[in-house]
Amino acid sequence: MELVFEIEGGDFTSAGNASSKIKKVLKQLNIDSKTIKRIVIAVYEAEVNIVAHAKKGILKASIGSHFIEVKLTDKGPGIEDVEKAMEAGFSTASKQVREMGFGAGMGLPNIKKNVDELDIISEMGKGTLVKFKNYF
Amino acid sequence: MEEGQKYHAIKVDEEKCFGCTHCMKACPTEAIRIVNGVASIRPERCVDCGNCLRACPAKAFYVEQDDLQNIFDYNYRIALFPSVLIGQFPEKYSEDQIYQAILKLGFTHIYEVEQPIRWLSEEIKKKTGRNREHPVISSFCPAVVRLIQSKYPSLAENITPLKAPHDLAANFAIEELKAKGANEGEIGIFYISPCSAKMAAVNQPLGEKKSVVNGTINMKDLYNRIMKIILKDKTEDFSPLRKNLSRDGILWSLPRGESRQFKSRAMSIDGIHNVVKFLERLENEEIAGLDYLELKSCSQGCAGGILLTGNRFLTSERLQKRALRYPSASKTEVPDVGKTIVQKKLQADKIEAKSIFVLHEDRVKALDRMQKAGKILCQLPGIDCGACGAPNCHALAEDMVQGNAKMTDCIFLQKRYIKENKLSVEKGFKSLEKVWGQKRFDADCNKKGGRNEGF
Repeated sequence: MELVFEIEGGDFTSAGNASSKIKKVLKQLNIDSKTIKRIVIAVYEAEVNIVAHAKKGILKASIGSHFIEVKLTDKGPGIEDVEKAMEAGFSTASKQVREMGFGAGMGLPNIKKNVDELDIISEMGKGTLVKFKNYF
Repeated sequence: MEEGQKYHAIKVDEEKCFGCTHCMKACPTEAIRIVNGVASIRPERCVDCGNCLRACPAKAFYVEQDDLQNIFDYNYRIALFPSVLIGQFPEKYSEDQIYQAILKLGFTHIYEVEQPIRWLSEEIKKKTGRNREHPVISSFCPAVVRLIQSKYPSLAENITPLKAPHDLAANFAIEELKAKGANEGEIGIFYISPCSAKMAAVNQPLGEKKSVVNGTINMKDLYNRIMKIILKDKTEDFSPLRKNLSRDGILWSLPRGESRQFKSRAMSIDGIHNVVKFLERLENEEIAGLDYLELKSCSQGCAGGILLTGNRFLTSERLQKRALRYPSASKTEVPDVGKTIVQKKLQADKIEAKSIFVLHEDRVKALDRMQKAGKILCQLPGIDCGACGAPNCHALAEDMVQGNAKMTDCIFLQKRYIKENKLSVEKGFKSLEKVWGQKRFDADCNKKGGRNEGF
């Protein structure tokens, strides 16, 4: 099954829509609540990343009987140093974004902590693809 | 009652219900469907919040209660009520006049639930220690506890394993009367409940096997009985009966009543739809650094309980004024009759999660059903009209994949099928009659609804 969400950059009020919907679906599939929690945290962080940094993006979640794969592609600035962005506390978020309570530099580290497989491909000035997979 | 069956205090009076769908739309767990022209509650989904009762224009929902005559089975007849009972009376009636009327109804002793609140507050503070899941969620409101169990299973372990204030007060009353020479068997504790959720919690307790309370009485019913016999002249002074009552106790069931006890970050949310929105965020870990969370299903807390008579804001106002006349809990001396025993009895079993929204136990089958429901949704009009007897198109699609509804239940699809010659007019009509009952289609100038009666 595939779920698709469009994410608007800068629209903080809608951040969390995709993760809430995915959570509802996973609950109906009788998936263990701890597994759901990990997935939802990862999806939420990834959503916020697009809202905070990119112009717009698309989230595609494919749900199979034993896994969920989430792919987020955005049109945005790209990540200069992916390895550095994975360090806890490293952030390039603007002052404005930080004042809203986001941009603490925990996004990617939090995603990494909560997923089973993670791939990030980024091209400066064009955008980023974040792909992760969790097994049930 | 059979093992495993869920008890509910709210019932539908099928004579009064005319299937107007108001309740179905108000239910936070989508537990109501219209079958045969009347509302039908799905027991596994209902959390006893009482929003259906509030939304009903036909007064078709009622709350089961014990007969007041049952109190006479006991020598010691205890009226145990939360402070909000006092709050709903007009200010011209004094606390003593209300107390006197309750005694006149046949009770021998009166205990306000929140008397030994300090003991509960001490226990809660012990449970908010460092190695607990944070935030700790209050176990105060049984509708919220049931909501978390069924809709937010991952948060079930955050609920404090402590019983509700009425258990605390009941055990306190028993210990105090025993100390005065009463036999436990002679003591009948009757809890006067402000809502259906607490009534259900007494009859089928959460986190314990059997409640210590012997019977439940509907607060609305008792209010009417009191108003019939209450005297406006001077009465005896019953203040010694309230000597343990504190400001903190009186405020306990109002919003912030619990969270104001904490120096650390504690929040209070009231109204079940607000609670749902907050829990949604909490479950996504969007909210950090919160230590204690007080959640109340009714707006304005128990002052907005469905079995109260007055306006919730006026009730809350009277209670707040009343609270100012009482000392704070730290300054009241609760007699130490079995404090250790009572505090021990407050410990509840762990609250277990019971997810109710699962489409099938088997994940592959659940996924299959979900995909089917998705395809069905493409066919449905998406206007959530409720004419199929389900609260919205999504719920209807889910009912269909679980074998509880069919495509022709949707009036839009019916029209389409008839136009496409896939369905006979006769068959389509029959299927509507199944949802709405046969009489629904007869002209009836005396039918309820449709004329803004009571809406």
